[in-house]
Amino acid sequence: MLFSIFQTAFKNILRNRMRTLLTVLGIVIGVGAVIIMVAVGKGSEATIQKQIESMGTNLLMVYPRAFSSGGVRMSGTSRTSLKLKDVQSIKEQSTLLQGVSGRVRLNEQVIAEGKNWNTSIEGVNPDYQEIRDWHLAHGDFFDDYDVRQSRKVAVLGATTAQELFGDASVAVGKKIRIRTVPFTVIGVLQSKGASGPGGDQDDVIMAPLNTVYYRLSGRNFINDIYVSAVSIDKMNEAQAELEDILRRIHRIKAGQNDDFMVRNQSDILSTATDMTKTFTLLLSAIAGISLLVGGIGIMNIMLVSVTERNREIGIRMALGARGKDILLQFLIESVVLCVLGGLLGIAFALAVCYGLEKWTEMTTVIDSSIMLIAFSFSAAVGIFFGYYPASKAAKLNPIDALRYE
Amino acid sequence: MQNVVQINAVQKIYSMGENQVHALRGVDLSINTGEFVAIMGASGSGKSTLMNILGCLDQPTAGKYTLSGQRVDNMNKDQLADIRASSIGFVFQGFNLLSRTTTLENVELPTQYLRHRKLANPRQRAIDMLSLVGLEDRLDHVPNQLSGGQQQRVAIARALVNEPSILLADEPTGNLDSKRSAEIMVLFQQLNAQGITIVMVTHEDEIAAFAKRTIVVRDGLIQSDTLN
Ligand SMILES: Nc1ncnc2c1ncn2[C@@H]1O[C@H](COP(=O)(O)OP(=O)(O)OP(=O)(O)O)[C@@H](O)[C@H]1O
Ligand SMILES: [Mg+2]
Repeated sequence: MLFSIFQTAFKNILRNRMRTLLTVLGIVIGVGAVIIMVAVGKGSEATIQKQIESMGTNLLMVYPRAFSSGGVRMSGTSRTSLKLKDVQSIKEQSTLLQGVSGRVRLNEQVIAEGKNWNTSIEGVNPDYQEIRDWHLAHGDFFDDYDVRQSRKVAVLGATTAQELFGDASVAVGKKIRIRTVPFTVIGVLQSKGASGPGGDQDDVIMAPLNTVYYRLSGRNFINDIYVSAVSIDKMNEAQAELEDILRRIHRIKAGQNDDFMVRNQSDILSTATDMTKTFTLLLSAIAGISLLVGGIGIMNIMLVSVTERNREIGIRMALGARGKDILLQFLIESVVLCVLGGLLGIAFALAVCYGLEKWTEMTTVIDSSIMLIAFSFSAAVGIFFGYYPASKAAKLNPIDALRYE
Repeated sequence: MQNVVQINAVQKIYSMGENQVHALRGVDLSINTGEFVAIMGASGSGKSTLMNILGCLDQPTAGKYTLSGQRVDNMNKDQLADIRASSIGFVFQGFNLLSRTTTLENVELPTQYLRHRKLANPRQRAIDMLSLVGLEDRLDHVPNQLSGGQQQRVAIARALVNEPSILLADEPTGNLDSKRSAEIMVLFQQLNAQGITIVMVTHEDEIAAFAKRTIVVRDGLIQSDTLN
């Protein structure tokens, strides 16, 4: 009985191939879109996570903060609250911190052997190398002596070395000019590879903090401070100590707002993943709507089909079909349509994700649970939107249905 | 002789808003196993209404209907569907075959709705019925590849496939020319000779002449009931 209903359903679906295809297209696109959106969302989540982890573990970051006093935001103080001398003070007063590095960031034009390249200049302390987990491909990193003496030496990121010299291995010992200031290249960094929303991490030049601060920046503040804790399990205490020191050297009284903000790796990770999660949710909600629209398309076609097949329904009833048999027949037909659409949708999504991985820099993560969810949802759409037309068919009176032309 | 159909004081009233159409006004009729009955009468006299009630496609407004010893006038829709599947073979004027469906599949169709008993081999039974009506070489044809007479034979084979206790035919030759009509009637006589009970509606005296008994309906009542 059930077997012959399935047989009939498949026969009816195959009979009108073009219509079936068009009907099912809505479901294919809906299911496909949901899976692709979630895969892309999860992919970017994974990329961002990898990128943030590549910044080094047990990392603490100090940013300036626009503090508000009585609700009024003091905009003038917003970006200037971290000073060069803070770096030295933190280094001297801390017990739980391993490395401390200030950072000044600029974007400058760099010239080497007649080639021009616009890149990010970072003035940092030697500790920065270890804090951010950078490794050298060639040459050396600068040391504290270079910083104190404001020596004009530079370490190039892999991308920058490539752009300026074509070959990273020949860069060491060469001269470059940042704006008008000549620097000597003393090292080239290994590539970190991970790129993403933050841009290419390897497109950078690092130079001693004091050199960049005094000779290039023309500012009286630094951008941020990078600190590493002695160990991962001392992170919280280290963060508390760091905040204490900063409050003391910035003379912030109890009850007053801090003019800085300390963030750790997991804060940043969770902010970033929260953002991508919201993004993924939004995208899949939109994709879900297209699945719903696909379902309405199915309902439309099933209604047309019930009217078209009034006579068939009448014949079947006259031959002994119960209302339930007719209901089941149309319901199964609609579910088969949707399930077919769901399967095609999954295939479509897999193909698109494969293409994205292969021909773009996007990462996609397809997990089987979302495929299962999208698939079951499409079957549910079939039942939900198939039920009304099917029950309409089942309620027909055989004599009226037979008389229908 | 066993009583197949027994109806007493059957009325059928169609209500259309204010208007009421009294299609049957109290019909008494009994038909025995092995009979071949022709129902005649003017257009609108109530022949089809009577056939639909006999075929359990419709319920009488009042009166009693017993089919093979079973009261059916008070059954619900599902029970009626089961009765149609197991006990009744219906042949229509317009053949009513499923289009784009082969002869064999059409004939096999009612077997899937048989609930309370099973045919030993539905496929074989369908083939047997098709050879009974002389179409064993047309199993894979679809209806629009067959002539009207052939389509009606397929419909007859389909009506017989579930071993019904009665074969009902509402103007089975209405869409056929006189030669094809006569062929169908000869087939009916053969089937009747094998013991199948047949009730058919017709407008034509020549067709009615093939039956053994003629009932004339007029204005919802039986006017005459004669043996040929
Ligand atoms: N569904 C219905 N609703 C209302 N009135 C109906 C309905 N079916 C039949 N009637 C009426 O009942 C009466 C009997 O109709 P019926 O179809 O039984 O006639 P008939 O003898 O079969 O006629 P014909 O020879 O033209 O087929 C007619 O007056 C008809 O208009
Ligand atoms: Mg009629």
